[in-house]
Amino acid sequence: MSEEMKTILDIKNLDISFRTNAGTVHAIRGVNLNLCKGETVAIVGESGSGKSVTMKAAMGLLDANATINSGEILYTYTNTSGEEVTVDLLKMSKKEMRQHINGKRIAMVFQDPMTSLDPTMTIGRQIMESMFLHKKMSREAAKARALELLQLVGIPDAEKRFKNYPHQLSGGMRQRVVIAIALSADPNVLICDEPTTALDVTIQAKILELIMDIQKKMGLSVIYITHDLGVVAKVADYVDVMYAGKIVEVGNVNEIFFEPKHPYTWGLLSAMPDLDTDEERLYSIPGSPPNLLHEPKGDAFTARNRFALAIDEKAEPPMFQVSRTHFAATWLLHPDAPKVEMPPELKTMLERARKEAEKYL
Amino acid sequence: MLKYVLKRVGMALLTLLIITFLLFVLVRIMPGNPFPSERMSDEQIANKRAEMGLDDPILVQFGRYMAGVLQGDFGKGTSLYYGAPIKTVLSTAISNSFRIGGIAILVGTLAGLALGITAALNRGRFMDGFCTVFSILGVCVPSYVFLIFLQYNFAFRIPFFPYFFDPNRFLFSTVMPSLSLSLFTMSTIARFTRNEMVEVFDSDYVRLAESKGLYGRKLVLRHVLRNALIPIVTVLAPLVVDLLTGALVVEKIYGINGIGKLMVDAIAGEGIDYNYVLALGILYSTLYIGVMLLVDLLYGVLDPRIRVSAKAEEG
Repeated sequence: MSEEMKTILDIKNLDISFRTNAGTVHAIRGVNLNLCKGETVAIVGESGSGKSVTMKAAMGLLDANATINSGEILYTYTNTSGEEVTVDLLKMSKKEMRQHINGKRIAMVFQDPMTSLDPTMTIGRQIMESMFLHKKMSREAAKARALELLQLVGIPDAEKRFKNYPHQLSGGMRQRVVIAIALSADPNVLICDEPTTALDVTIQAKILELIMDIQKKMGLSVIYITHDLGVVAKVADYVDVMYAGKIVEVGNVNEIFFEPKHPYTWGLLSAMPDLDTDEERLYSIPGSPPNLLHEPKGDAFTARNRFALAIDEKAEPPMFQVSRTHFAATWLLHPDAPKVEMPPELKTMLERARKEAEKYL
Repeated sequence: MLKYVLKRVGMALLTLLIITFLLFVLVRIMPGNPFPSERMSDEQIANKRAEMGLDDPILVQFGRYMAGVLQGDFGKGTSLYYGAPIKTVLSTAISNSFRIGGIAILVGTLAGLALGITAALNRGRFMDGFCTVFSILGVCVPSYVFLIFLQYNFAFRIPFFPYFFDPNRFLFSTVMPSLSLSLFTMSTIARFTRNEMVEVFDSDYVRLAESKGLYGRKLVLRHVLRNALIPIVTVLAPLVVDLLTGALVVEKIYGINGIGKLMVDAIAGEGIDYNYVLALGILYSTLYIGVMLLVDLLYGVLDPRIRVSAKAEEG
């Protein structure tokens, strides 16, 4: 992780709202996010915090009732003549997105493998489709490549599976097929939207390892959308914690797990089950996320924050820099703020986790 | 697959036999008389019954009837068109009803699909609203009301089409009844297609297809239409049968000698004509069962999930 790291996807000040029957929902309120070549970034947050919407915007898959109020998503790639080009994905039409970006350069793995494959088409054809679209491959070449991909994602008996329909495969196998589809046109960015949430635990680790393995082999940059901190710890280089349409804390994985600064991140980490917890009950963050139909006043987390300061109700905190890579949006980091430490229970838990981790290093 | 088809066909034939037997018994239980009884003395009726074997045990009668049917002989009318073989009368009626119904199905289905697809592709815009209004109207307005409207405007005020059915101007005479019959099919198919397509458009697999880089026509043809069509086939089947078997009122109003009209005459004439009611009942059932069978098989072609489970059933 040094200067040679090139930014491949740069989301700047993204602001999106949705028109609904109840009114305008301001779902994304100024998101900044940065993905470098070969890196893995995880976006963490509760349901409805805007993780998926942010990434859908980068795929040109936003629903018709979404309005992009401001911001840009800069994507940098090397074009066919070897030049480096940077484009704003938000300025591209749907057609341009489909022709030049989707599948070809940025691909996506969806949450539910049970519903994300077309039930009436063999998996072989579904894998080959992108190759025909983006690479103008011949049938034979595409088939050979598809079989290769099936083997790469760990599907035994690829030749036979090639002719299968989705319903003939188990959930784990289907997710492997979805991954194979995403990889079929050699993208350089892979967006995984909760790729293991719908799978059972024994398969989860296998799928994650598979994605990491492929990432290394193909030099992919990967964005994970997840609410599972276990997944984050396993795969991520950098973590973006998202709350109510904003990134509230960002840092590398060690900073987020061992020196979190934002009370929301504290809450998330405390809610993670731990084998040594003495408490009878698992901690959960009180309350629920704000309804973004109404613009939150001050810091959106105030109502659920037991460390809230008076200023939290009045003004939204800016991003305070903690280290070169670590930022958090909480007034607690202001030089004038009272010194508040993370809860002692969390501190001992993280200490324990760190020792545990060191054993394996 | 062959075994699956044979099994379905076998089941269909068995169903048909059971239905025929039930019809046979029911017709005989029905109150009323198979002859124009007011004009006949008791003695004549008794003779007639004996001649037709109506006093024999029911199973014997049924056996005799089936033996005839299997050779394509449905007997003769007992009161209607007295003496003419049913086969001859029926085949004219069938050909009239099928032609008019067939055109109605074709027009209704194609126009309905086109309308539904247009609406789904323009969701929330003018065409979508138009399709909704049109299909509600089409389902609500009975076909004969629409026929009368057409007759008034395009046969009476502007005498372009014949006012009544005219076998010598077959093509011209078909337009108005077919059009009015197709209205219901068109509306039903349009609304259904629209809803199915909108649902498929929102599905995860279409999202995945889009994320692959598919858009426009390719997306619709490869991933949306086929998935949306599967349930439409189910709706279409009963509509087909309804239209083929003749629309009672439309046939009556437009003076078409079709199956629907024949059925009414057989029941509402002087005496209930046993043989006509039976023959028509068998025809209706055969069509219904046949179309359902066809739908089952078509499902297998359209939906791989069914094809494969059929294979598993064999194995």
